[in-house]
Amino acid sequence: MGLVNHLPTRRELLVGSGALFAWSQMPRIARAEGRDPRLLVIVLRGALDGLGAVAPVGDPDWVSLRGDRALLLDGKPPALPLDAFFALNPAMPNLHRLYKSGKAAIVHAAATPYRERSHFDGQDVLESGLVKPGMTSSGWLNRALLAMESGGRVDPRGSRALGIGSVTPLVVRGSAPVMTWVPQKLLPASEDTQNRLLDLYQHTDPKLATVLQARMKLASLGGAAGKGDAMSDDPTLAPPGIARVRAYFAEAAGTAARYLAKPDGPRVGAMGFVGWDTHIAEGAASGQLYNLLGALDGAFAAIETNMGEAWKETVVAVVTEFGRTARINGTQGTDHGTGTVAFLIGGGLAGGRVIADWPGLKPAQLLEDRDLKPTTDLRAVLKGLLRDHLRVEENVLAETVFPGSADVKPMGGLVA
Amino acid sequence: MSNAAKAEVVLALHRFGMGPRPGSIAAIGTDPRGALIAELDRPLVLSAAASLPSSAKAYRTVADANARRTARAKQAQQQAKKQQMAAAPVAAGDQGQAQAQPEGQPQGYSQEKDTAEMAAKQAADAIPDPGRPIYLQEAKLRTEAALAADIGFAERLVWFWSNHFCVSANRIQSMSGAYEREAVRVNALGRFVDLLLAVEGHPAMLFYLDNLESMGANSTAGINRSRGLNENFAREIMELHTLGVRTGYTQDDVISFANVLTGWTLVPPGADPQHGGEFTFNPRLHEPGGQTVLGKRYEQEDAEQGRAVLRDLAANPATATHVATKLARHFVADEPPPALVEQMAKTFRDTEGDLKQVAIIMVSSDDAWRGPPAKLKRPGEWVVGMVRATGITVVDPVRFTGGQELLGEALWRPSAPKGYPDEEASWIDGVGRRLDVANYFAERITGMADPQVIIEDVFASQIAPEVKQAVGRAESRQQALALLFMSADFQRR
Repeated sequence: MGLVNHLPTRRELLVGSGALFAWSQMPRIARAEGRDPRLLVIVLRGALDGLGAVAPVGDPDWVSLRGDRALLLDGKPPALPLDAFFALNPAMPNLHRLYKSGKAAIVHAAATPYRERSHFDGQDVLESGLVKPGMTSSGWLNRALLAMESGGRVDPRGSRALGIGSVTPLVVRGSAPVMTWVPQKLLPASEDTQNRLLDLYQHTDPKLATVLQARMKLASLGGAAGKGDAMSDDPTLAPPGIARVRAYFAEAAGTAARYLAKPDGPRVGAMGFVGWDTHIAEGAASGQLYNLLGALDGAFAAIETNMGEAWKETVVAVVTEFGRTARINGTQGTDHGTGTVAFLIGGGLAGGRVIADWPGLKPAQLLEDRDLKPTTDLRAVLKGLLRDHLRVEENVLAETVFPGSADVKPMGGLVA
Repeated sequence: MSNAAKAEVVLALHRFGMGPRPGSIAAIGTDPRGALIAELDRPLVLSAAASLPSSAKAYRTVADANARRTARAKQAQQQAKKQQMAAAPVAAGDQGQAQAQPEGQPQGYSQEKDTAEMAAKQAADAIPDPGRPIYLQEAKLRTEAALAADIGFAERLVWFWSNHFCVSANRIQSMSGAYEREAVRVNALGRFVDLLLAVEGHPAMLFYLDNLESMGANSTAGINRSRGLNENFAREIMELHTLGVRTGYTQDDVISFANVLTGWTLVPPGADPQHGGEFTFNPRLHEPGGQTVLGKRYEQEDAEQGRAVLRDLAANPATATHVATKLARHFVADEPPPALVEQMAKTFRDTEGDLKQVAIIMVSSDDAWRGPPAKLKRPGEWVVGMVRATGITVVDPVRFTGGQELLGEALWRPSAPKGYPDEEASWIDGVGRRLDVANYFAERITGMADPQVIIEDVFASQIAPEVKQAVGRAESRQQALALLFMSADFQRR
C-alpha cells in the first residue's frame, strides 16, 4: 500500500472534497482479532432538531408541544414507526430500512457535556472531546487513533497532506497521521447563509440587500439550483437547491465510503455537513429539515452501497453539537437547545432500537423549561463505539480521548 | 483609545489602506493621518522582485518559446506527412482509395492533413508558455506586498496608478507585472511627469496601445511599406492618461501627436538577445518634421519631440483636474467633494505634479474623512482586505488570480485601456459572486481564523452591532466568517 494506491483521481478529489475527510490505517488490536473495522464520523453542523428527526409519538405531551408541526404516524406524510414510542422523519426511508434490519440504532435525548448555546463552542466540545471549549486543538478521534497504534501498517507517507490549506474537522485534527483533502469544489453559499446575509443587509445596507434579493429571486426563477451537477464549477452559482444538496451529500459520503472500503485504504474518517440551524420555517414534515434529512438519508444509502463487502464491519456515527428548543418558536422554527439524537448506522451495529432514557416533555421535565433534557452523555456512546468497535482501551478513553470522563462509562452492546 | 478614535483608524485602514490586519490598529495609534503620511516615506521596494525577470527579459523568454514552438510544429508536421506518404503510396485523393474508406470518414487527404496538424499542435504544446508562470509570480509578489503592508496606503497608490495607466495581460502577459514594477511602482510617489514618461515609454504600453507598428506616412518605412499611422496610443494618452475626455483637444491634435509618437517602439526580440524587448526609438518609422499639438509647435527630430509633448500634457491644468478627480473618486467617494478635488488639483498644479504632495493633501483634508464609509470596495481591495483580516500573508497566485477573474477584476486584465471603473454601479451587481468567494474562502480557513478574534482584535470591535449579532448566531464558523466578510463593514469604506 502506498500513497499511490490511494491517490484519488481528480474526479474523486472533487467529489470527496465537500466532506472534509481524514483517515488513519487499520487499528492493530482489531487486526489481531482478524477484524478490519471501519468508523466514519459525520458531524451535522448547526444543531439538528432531534425531535424533528425522531419524534416521540407515544409521548402524551408530544402533540401539545409541537402542535400542527408535530410529526405523527398519521401525519402527512406519515412518520415511519420505529417502536411503540418513537417514529422516524418520513424523509428517511433508508434509515428506516436499516433500522428494521438491525443495522441502525438511534440514541435520543443525548448531548455532550456542553450546556451553553453557542454553535462554535458546542462544536468545539463535540469534536475536541473535552468538557469545555477552547482547550485543545486536537480532536477525540485523532487522539483515539494515536492510542490505537496501527500494527505496523502505517505508511510514513500517510502523514502527507493531500493538497494545501485544507481544513480538517477538529474531530480528526491532531498529531496522529492524517491525510486531508483540499476542498476544491464546495457547495455555494447555502440558502440559509443567503437568508441570514439578506437579513443583515436589510438592517445595515439597503442597497446591498436589493442586489442580493434580486440574485436570490433570479436563482429561484431560473430553477438552475434544482438540477444539474452538484459539483458544478459554474461561477454564477445559484444557491444550492435541494436536488443539488442531495447529490452533494450522497457523492461526498459515497466517496468517503469508497476509500474506507479499499483493502489498503484508511479505516477511520470524518466529515461534516452544514445547514441544520433551522431557526425559521424549520419544515420537519415538508420543508428545510425534511429536505436535509432526506439528503442525509441518501448519503447513508451511498455509504452502504460503496462500502461493499466492508459494510458488515462498518459503523457510522452521526452527531451534532446540541439540539433545539422543544417548542416551535415565533418564526415556525426552533432555537438552540440541548438534548438531541445521534444516528448510528452500519453493518457492524447491533441496531434496531432507539436507545433513550426518556426525560418526558412536560414543562417541568424540559431543561430550563425549554430544551429536551439530555439523559445520555454522547461521550458514553462514542466511547462504547471506540472500545467495542475499534478496541481502544477503556482507560485511554477516559484519560486522553475524552479526558475527565472516567465516570461516563462506555455504552456497551452497540456493536454486533 | 476612544471608540471614535478607533473608528477613525479603521476608516483610515479601509479608505486609504488595504484594510485592518492583526496589530494594525494599535500600530497606527492615535494619529491616523500622520501614520498614512509617514508610510509614504517608506520606500516601495519589493525585495523579492530581484528574482523576477525584467519586462524585456520576460518578453524575450516568451518570444523564444514561441519561436521554438513554431519550429517544432513545423518539424512535426513535415514528419507526419512523410510518414503518411510512406504508409500510403497511393496518391491521396485517389477515387478508389476514398471509396474504400468507412462511411462518414473524411477523404484521405483531409484525414492526413488533420493528422499532420494534430502532430504539429502536440509538438507545439510540448513547449509550455513561460508567460503564465511569470504572470503568476508577479501576481503573487504584488498581492503579498499588499498583505504585508502596515497600512497599505502606498500600495493602494501603486494599484491606482497601475490601473490608471493600465496595460492588459491578455495582450502582453509576459510584461504585465514587470511593467508595473518598472514604470509605475518606482514613480507612484514621484512627479507625475516622470510617471507619465516612464509608462508611455515602456514597451508594454507601446505594445498594448498598438504603437509598435505605427509609422509616419512620410517616414522611410511608411513610404516603403505603404503603411501608416495608428492613432490609438496618442488618443488614449490625451483622453485617459492626461487631459481627460472632452477637454478641448481635437482630432487634428490626436493625429499630430500620433505622428510625434511614431518611432516609439521596442527592439525586436529575435534581433538582439541582449536588448530585445527594450524601448527604442526607430527613426525609420518616425514622421519627419515638426508637429503642432494643442497650438504649440514641436520641432524636435527624435524621441525628444514626444517627450516634450508629454511634459506639456503633464503640466496642463486639465490634467491636474482629471487626475485629482480620479484620485478622489477612487479613495474617497464616487462623487467626491468638489472642494477636495480642487484642493488636490491646486496642489498638483502648485507642485508641478508632485504625487506624494497630492496624496498628503488628500489625507490631510477633513473633506476626505467626513463622508460615511459608503464607497463599495473593488473586488481586489475587498479580497485583500478579507485575507489581511485573517493574518494570512502568503497566497496561491493561481487561486488568487482565479478569484479576481471570477469577481470581474482579473489582475492586469482590464477589458479596455480605461482600466477598471471605480463607481459602485459597475460593481454592485457582482456582490452575489462575492458571496461565493467569501463562502469558499471561509470554508478553507475555518480552522485558522476565528470570527470573534477578527472582530475584537483585528477590528477593535469597530463592526456594526448587527454584524456582531449575525456572526454570533451563525451555525458554523464558516458561515460566521462568510457573513462577516460580506458585511458592509468589509465591503464599504
